[in-house]
Amino acid sequence: MEKRLLSGDEAVALAARDTGIALGTGYPGTPSTEILEAFGALGGSAQWAPNEKVALEVGLGAAFGGGRALVTMKHVGLNVAADPLFTAAYTGVTGALVVVTADDPGMASSQNEQDNRRYAIAAGLPMLSPADPQEAYDYFFRAVELSERWSLPVLFRMTTRVCHSKALVTSRATPMTPRAPSFVRDIPGRVMVPAFARPAHRKLRAKLADMAAFGETSDLHTVTEGSRDLGIVTDGVCALHAAEASPGASFFKIGLVHPLPIERLRTFAAGVKRCQVIEEGDPVIADALRAAGIAVESKPEMFRFGELDVGRVRRILARDLSTEPPLPKGKPPELCAACPYHPVFAALRKLDCIVAGDIGCYTLGVMEPYRALDTCVAMGASIGVGLGLRHVLPADQARRVVSIIGDSTFIHSGVSGLMEMVYNPPKLGHVIIVLDNGITAMTGQQEHPGTGRTLEHEATGKISIEGLARAMGIDTTIIDPFANPAGFATLLAEKLAAPLLSLIVARRPCVLAAADIRGWEKAAEATRAAQACAGAACGAVPEDA
Amino acid sequence: MSHTVTNVILAGLGGQGVIKASDILADAAVRAGFDVKKAEVHGMSQRGGSVTSDIRFGVKVLSPMIPRGEADFLVVLAPSEVEVTRPLLRPGGVLLAPDFVPEGELINKRSLNVALLGALSAYLDIPERIFLDAVRAALAERLHAANEQAFQQGRARAATSGAAALGKRQ
Repeated sequence: MEKRLLSGDEAVALAARDTGIALGTGYPGTPSTEILEAFGALGGSAQWAPNEKVALEVGLGAAFGGGRALVTMKHVGLNVAADPLFTAAYTGVTGALVVVTADDPGMASSQNEQDNRRYAIAAGLPMLSPADPQEAYDYFFRAVELSERWSLPVLFRMTTRVCHSKALVTSRATPMTPRAPSFVRDIPGRVMVPAFARPAHRKLRAKLADMAAFGETSDLHTVTEGSRDLGIVTDGVCALHAAEASPGASFFKIGLVHPLPIERLRTFAAGVKRCQVIEEGDPVIADALRAAGIAVESKPEMFRFGELDVGRVRRILARDLSTEPPLPKGKPPELCAACPYHPVFAALRKLDCIVAGDIGCYTLGVMEPYRALDTCVAMGASIGVGLGLRHVLPADQARRVVSIIGDSTFIHSGVSGLMEMVYNPPKLGHVIIVLDNGITAMTGQQEHPGTGRTLEHEATGKISIEGLARAMGIDTTIIDPFANPAGFATLLAEKLAAPLLSLIVARRPCVLAAADIRGWEKAAEATRAAQACAGAACGAVPEDA
Repeated sequence: MSHTVTNVILAGLGGQGVIKASDILADAAVRAGFDVKKAEVHGMSQRGGSVTSDIRFGVKVLSPMIPRGEADFLVVLAPSEVEVTRPLLRPGGVLLAPDFVPEGELINKRSLNVALLGALSAYLDIPERIFLDAVRAALAERLHAANEQAFQQGRARAATSGAAALGKRQ
């Protein structure tokens, strides 16, 4: 087969097509976003969900129905999806379910650097850890095979350097035969009431024991014989850094990071004078080996932070604990010059607001000259955090608290914050600003349910942000802050002064996406018109009847 | 390992075409029959922040990232990024700064990325014809003329500066 230069994300998309994935879903998040976009471009059935929890549930349903499903998200997305994930480990699946978690050690574009290998241990699920785009392609086939063989969801852990590095990838000549979905009832297997969940938990642990035995002989792990003085145990992209840093060492490269092939690793460690674990993030492998009584050296604590590279691996091997030279400090990102949010931040600053912020481009409002963001924690958190501040702060501070949240983030998990606001209103009311630029801008302009267009920009149902707020009885105003900056500042001051629950939709398209949005919307309008026309011709009941 | 791998870092600011130039270079190296890896951090690149891209090619490339201070070539598109990225270059490595090709000489100022690639090409063991194929493959047809000219201008400057002959790797 022809070799192609692909990113890890593109390699997963290609593998998804070649393994007959019936449905791919997820929520955009760097560095995972391009997987579903590429899968859609390859002709796969790819869609954005409102958030990762819903995506995982849709994928689980598809796999209950006997289909093969792919669900993608960034590492923090798995926190959102954790609720269904843990119990999906009990129910298992009928088809295949591969859940991609794209971790971001070093936080190139994230709010934390949690190590999602912990999730595999906590949920009791198998996890594969590819090192580069070729392995991402190859391991994806293995993930589908493992998922079908053990009837379990499989976690597929990528990292920024696996997702976004490009390398040559050879694809398989023969794709896997797709499955034919069909519902087979299995009430004790899928209805997790305690009476069914108790045996399901035991069944899961039995599957994991069986899978651990499989790992003891599986070719997912590769052992390279080298020097007896140094043995390196490693996984993911670290395996490549380590191979370059110490080409003469013996290597145990782990492909299946959970469950670990403990006995093989015991033999490997016993065969070398020094056995060093090279892993990014938490000492997950090192802790597991030491708990099993295997004498390995873990990296020093200073290497828990940030990503590893060849230079840092050399330091670990040299037991060099000296201060590392600082990374080059380049120019930080900032709001685009023509971003419609500038007047919003100017007004927030002018009114000396206490701003509960959220995740998106507008997090950059924390930068100079505005410094108009006081909290940023998690998707959707602006509303709850703002309400909590309102509840406890003295009146002169409480009335200055504002929650700001983007359109995609609002759809993701802001809506439940609205319910909280209506149900437990602060005494002085509250003000929410939805920064609606009509797209998921930060991750590279992805559609969401509020745009009324699908992942591939085709017309579909549209969620109205103001409609939702008004349905909950919230005072709602729509304004273009860019066209009317003074009007926006006045409106905000008025709403802050009134002891009301109010929501301002600050609406103007993202400057980077505006031209594309016009084009997509024109095409979507044409589709809607054609559908309405066809509906009328066949005598269908109009929507407003 | 390092003696068989060529390490190039492209640096600049979001919107300058760093990623596009790195795609072209990686494609040219693939067309020339090398193993290639390329790494960069996306996500913030459209917000005007610093962008760097690592391109490594040779018989066999392992890590996708160039070890710090081991770049053979550092190609910088923004004056503000030159000093910031200089520590990434190995001692004796080649720096191609934005003023290597005067902006005024370009048909289209936005072709600086391709002009500097042209300069870089004079140092590399990749035939010019292959490089130009990669440039054309990466760009819309209406941009071909301006970018081929930019490429040639950069390449000619590198040739006349004489540095290329010294820097040529065996």
